[in-house]
Amino acid sequence: MVHAGHVPDAVTGARAVPIYQTTSFVFEDAEQAAQLFELKQYGNIYTRISNPTTAVLEERMASLEGATGALATASGMAAQLVTFLTLLEPGDEIVASSQLYGGSITQLVHTLKKFSIGVRFVDPSRIEEWEAAITPKTKALYGETIGNPRGAILDISRIAEVAASRGMPLIVDNTLATPSLCRPIEHGATLIVHSATKFIGGHGTALGGVLLDSGKFDFSRYPSVAAPSPAYHDLRFYDTFGHYGFLMKARAETLRDTGACLSPFNSFLLIQGLETLSLRMERQSASALRVAQFLEGHASVAWVAYAGLPSHPDHALAKKYLPGGAGAVFSFGLKSATAAEGRAAGRKFIEGLRLFSHLANIGDVRSLVIHPASTTHQQLSDDELSRGGVSPELIRLSIGLENVEDLLWDLDQALRAP
Amino acid sequence: MGPGPSIACAITLNSALTPDQQRLYQDPQVIQRLLRESRTVAVVGLSTDPQRASWFVASYLKKEGYRVIPVNPKANEILGEKCYPDLASIPDPVDLVDVFRPAAECLSVATQAVEIGAKALWLQLKLVKIEAAELAARSGMAVVVDRCVKMEHGRYFGRLHWAGMNTEIISARKARLP
Repeated sequence: MVHAGHVPDAVTGARAVPIYQTTSFVFEDAEQAAQLFELKQYGNIYTRISNPTTAVLEERMASLEGATGALATASGMAAQLVTFLTLLEPGDEIVASSQLYGGSITQLVHTLKKFSIGVRFVDPSRIEEWEAAITPKTKALYGETIGNPRGAILDISRIAEVAASRGMPLIVDNTLATPSLCRPIEHGATLIVHSATKFIGGHGTALGGVLLDSGKFDFSRYPSVAAPSPAYHDLRFYDTFGHYGFLMKARAETLRDTGACLSPFNSFLLIQGLETLSLRMERQSASALRVAQFLEGHASVAWVAYAGLPSHPDHALAKKYLPGGAGAVFSFGLKSATAAEGRAAGRKFIEGLRLFSHLANIGDVRSLVIHPASTTHQQLSDDELSRGGVSPELIRLSIGLENVEDLLWDLDQALRAP
Repeated sequence: MGPGPSIACAITLNSALTPDQQRLYQDPQVIQRLLRESRTVAVVGLSTDPQRASWFVASYLKKEGYRVIPVNPKANEILGEKCYPDLASIPDPVDLVDVFRPAAECLSVATQAVEIGAKALWLQLKLVKIEAAELAARSGMAVVVDRCVKMEHGRYFGRLHWAGMNTEIISARKARLP
């Protein structure tokens, strides 16, 4: 968390990671410039492709996840899109868990459709659904370690076995667990994506995303990575760069062409966050468990969906994959007779909170609250909403670093408000 | 920039070797010494195609100041250097033999490397032929298996890191200029 990816530089010896706030880098001579553009030398050309500050974030994330390397992007959504556009071709399909962040579902269904890439959603807890949804067009499986917002836990090793038996990669969004609580590569995942905006940064100051590769997958049957690239002088990325092939392709072509690069200043802010990641995850997960227990015992609360509680259907999976804590984000529902009453009760509860911030983010050091049906998930149809496990009365909490007694007081007074 | 002194991190990712084989044929101290002390590198199986991995590695080594000697029976000159049909035809002493040939040919290449008195044998990434490694090691040669010379140079001289790769190096010491 504090050393990987950064060796103090030979000239200044600066201990903190310097911010290389520059768009471009001078060449040594014409020959070196040509070799850099042909990827025959390592080096920086332009911050849209790579940057020394961003490289520290990338290597540190790779070290924490046990990955062979990483690529930082402007946001988590960009990390996903860069992954899909690097791996897939028109006509390909993805089989994805239905328990995903609403924005991911929208990207998969609507934006990828413009690239003629299809998606099939499955109940992540039913292995037979994953198996049945795979067709000859399927090129990847996709899920979240901790599903948003119902807290479904992905059975990573079993789904990774399905992926391996069909010769395709399992892509895992590890945003809510972070490598501090779960390292999906150790359970067989191939590619990892993060919204670093959340717990990686932790302070709610910078957007960012990261894509990581285990380096263990054989991409030789994926023409998108292995075939001669018309966008790079017929270079065969997988043949030439081996276990770095996928990431080199993602950087030198997809990131170059989409422009979804991370600002060096944001990289610096995310690095500051990473330095305390495990301390925050430990504390915020422990507080989340206390809050979940409190709400489960509260007279005004109908249900609590936190995988750290024995009442959650995935509690056993949480104990297997998240022994250090089930994360700091979960949802609960207020007691209500009708859907309209549930929506009204949710609104009144949120208005009554004094310490929780009402906003559309998670993973901050401050505790956050949101009502997904009217905000993050509002673009989804009723059918997509119910498949994603979002009911009208559902309220999502992200537990921060405040004293947990203060949080319990705030929730209790808001639940009791007349 | 390379890492500072006293670096002895275990480098474990991306290898088909067992932990015991990694200790024998991927020793970070041996790799760093070979990168530091070798001057003449014979690249066996260097392709004439500039988009092949062997060409990437050889052009990189040449740019870094190593003398590269191409070994390829089907070419006369590669990268502006005279090409030899086999190791035995090279008139000058060779420090490092870097191999880009199928595993089935590695034993024969290792035998030739011993015969010409080369100081080290290096089988490239994904190229595993333990008998060839054992033969060269028995003759007193330094041996590396299933690693890439270019990636290792980049790992210890700070440039692989710029590509967002996990170098597995952890150090609080000030880096050294190359």
